Amino acid sequence: MTRSELITALAADHPHLTLADVERIVSALFDEMTASLARGDRVELRGFGAFSVKRRQARAGRNPRTGETVDVTEKTVPFFRAGRELREMINAGMAVAEVAASEAPKRKGIKR
Amino acid sequence: MGTLTRAGLAESIYAAVGLSRNESAALLESVLDRMKTALAEGDSIKISGFGTFSVRQKGRRIGRNPKTGDEVPILPRRVLIFRASQILREAVDHGVPDGAVRS
Repeated sequence: MTRSELITALAADHPHLTLADVERIVSALFDEMTASLARGDRVELRGFGAFSVKRRQARAGRNPRTGETVDVTEKTVPFFRAGRELREMINAGMAVAEVAASEAPKRKGIKR
Repeated sequence: MGTLTRAGLAESIYAAVGLSRNESAALLESVLDRMKTALAEGDSIKISGFGTFSVRQKGRRIGRNPKTGDEVPILPRRVLIFRASQILREAVDHGVPDGAVRS
């Protein structure tokens, strides 16, 4: 699904809105999320997931082609973690017992 | 440092097209529902300027209970991957002022 397919689907869900309005809405949403993350803020959408930013320390990298060592400077990167409801929806197609079993070992110590 | 939640996003819909607060909140939910349904069907979502959400199938592997050291099978499952677009990465790395980001 692309941005324009999402817009078309939403326009069909909301026939009282014009396609241009739906486009403006979708742009406003992703622009707002981008602006928040650029400020260093989190975006938390319960049931869907959470976006945050993480700092990556400077490190000595390597050019994989030449093997040369290059300095990689410190940087801040966007990060997304899916919410519980969405994770469950994604796995719903799989056998219930399987999902329960694969979920069980990670009750504690959620990886961050 | 704040956190952007549904309230803030509904507010931005209100600001963009002037829908009522209630309608804005309902519309936001409808956007998230459409995205969730697509992902649940295994579809990926490509939002140009923002990033791509995709579902990856993970195979069965042997995990270990870190406390007891017991081997536990980790069954096949699907995980959601988000890859931020170059534009989002740059905005986050350089800190772009409000309103300067247009996608």
